[in-house]
Amino acid sequence: MSNHALNGYNPTELLICTAARLMADNTTAFIGTGIPMLAASLAQKMHAPNLVTIFEFGGTGAILDKLPLAVGGESTFHRAIAASGICDIVETAQRGFIEYGFLGGAQIDPFGNLNSTVIGDHDHPKVRLPGSGGANDVGSHCWQTIAIMRHDKRRFVRTVDFITTPGYLSGPGAREAAGLPPGTGPYRVVTNLGVLGYHPESKRMQLLATQPGVSVEEVTENTSFQLLIASHIESNPLPTAEELRILREEVDKDHLYI
Amino acid sequence: MEVISSGIGPMIQPLDINAFREWNRAKPKALLDKRMTEADAVSRFIHDGDYIGTELYGTVRCPMSLVNEIVRQGVKDLRIAGQGVLELDMLLAAGLVKALDITYIGLEVYGVSNCLRREVESGRVETCVEWSNAAIAWRFKAAAMGVPFIPVRSMLGTDTLKYSAAKVVECPFTGDPICLLPALILDVGLIHVHRADKYGNAQIDGISGFAAELARASKTLIISTEQIVDTEEFRCHPDRTIIPYYLVDAVVEAPFGSHPGEMCYLYERDEEHIKMWVNASKDIDATQAYLDKYIYGVKDHREYLDLIGRERLESLKNVLQGVSDEQSCP
Repeated sequence: MSNHALNGYNPTELLICTAARLMADNTTAFIGTGIPMLAASLAQKMHAPNLVTIFEFGGTGAILDKLPLAVGGESTFHRAIAASGICDIVETAQRGFIEYGFLGGAQIDPFGNLNSTVIGDHDHPKVRLPGSGGANDVGSHCWQTIAIMRHDKRRFVRTVDFITTPGYLSGPGAREAAGLPPGTGPYRVVTNLGVLGYHPESKRMQLLATQPGVSVEEVTENTSFQLLIASHIESNPLPTAEELRILREEVDKDHLYI
Repeated sequence: MEVISSGIGPMIQPLDINAFREWNRAKPKALLDKRMTEADAVSRFIHDGDYIGTELYGTVRCPMSLVNEIVRQGVKDLRIAGQGVLELDMLLAAGLVKALDITYIGLEVYGVSNCLRREVESGRVETCVEWSNAAIAWRFKAAAMGVPFIPVRSMLGTDTLKYSAAKVVECPFTGDPICLLPALILDVGLIHVHRADKYGNAQIDGISGFAAELARASKTLIISTEQIVDTEEFRCHPDRTIIPYYLVDAVVEAPFGSHPGEMCYLYERDEEHIKMWVNASKDIDATQAYLDKYIYGVKDHREYLDLIGRERLESLKNVLQGVSDEQSCP
């Protein structure tokens, strides 16, 4: 992380800026707690003023002037276009209206399956984590899910201890065979080391871009499984001064996350 | 319909949809004054071993004054629909939870719940049955519809389904696998609202979470409310009624009833207090000290509010958003 510090931003700020760039204007995005909220707020203030933010307990189309601390908090329906409830929101996702879903997790595997339930055995867990929450719903119904994670070997594992949220499950065709909507699935993983996608045929995770100052080797060394490497690896641009200014002065001015 | 697979989790609340109909038929439809204190509502309606559920969740429009009273009275061996933050933390901290239909229990921005970890990892919570957030809400919706299950496309293919009590069947119309969620009927539901009349008619401002579904899935429903208003308020605006009175068994007036959580358009969350709890919850002695001071050490919600202090509460009323933003919303 030292080169991040030297360049004047921290890993969390980098994650937020990278995720924000993936949020396109005039699209629907299911926003989970934490970093996705900051990224959505930054995206609205930069390039995506009509990013339709969707929060699981009922907020649709909020203008994120104030940073939400909870997915049901007042900020999630501030100047929104609708304030409904969780059934309406997830049913909207279930019938195909929500393009992007943003997620986190404690572990991710090569097929993008996510664990946020337990470390260890379910009935005698080493660590009991919060559980699915809305994550399983987002990963089941949104067209394209984007995971935002810190990148290290404990988190990028060969096999997750528990599949809380479906990625490509056991590989090509597995989602459809399980009954999940065709054409849905993991799209990107944004980390402090790079941006990853999935091979179109094998559905295995592959490196697409490295973060500033990060080598391909650094990414593979911090991944517990064999990572596919795209034929051309992009080098992500640095967070711009404008992105950092908006992030620090407007999005999270109380520095609750960054 | 062929069952393709079944979750291995138990039904920790048995399902009897016909008994639910009989129960609902017997509920009084007369306009009765149901106002009572937290202490009366909890002692009359919540018993050891009951299956309960709360709405919305710990830092947002949550019936904290009712939950604190459950802790104060030590109602134990509870089975709970587990979607929560501070409210379920309190019940877990006090060791009152025996089994969970769990979707999310955590501290949101402040991470994993220390109380959940202690209670589950030690085995004191004996059973955790897994669900997604929408799955729990849809289970209430099925009960609200008066049907035994609801088909959905969540949870398919995952361990969340494997450790749930859901079933996957071949859809009789499309032939595709689909997940069936069993209806969830609560012994007691607890909901905090913006305003209610003495009979139990209730309005909620802002997002409605899963209040409509949970209210209709509850055999017994306890409402706490920021304010008691005249029934005329409902007769003039019937479209605003989210909970009609005949669903309700108790109406508890509880200003700042969601503290330290927020109540949209009325007060913000009390960040200092929440942080204090998060820190206290990391250590067993500090957890006990918190419960001693803020729950066991006060007689009721009024004394709790006195302890928090009028000045602090007033400072939380400083709300600048949403419909209260008069400049942008004429």
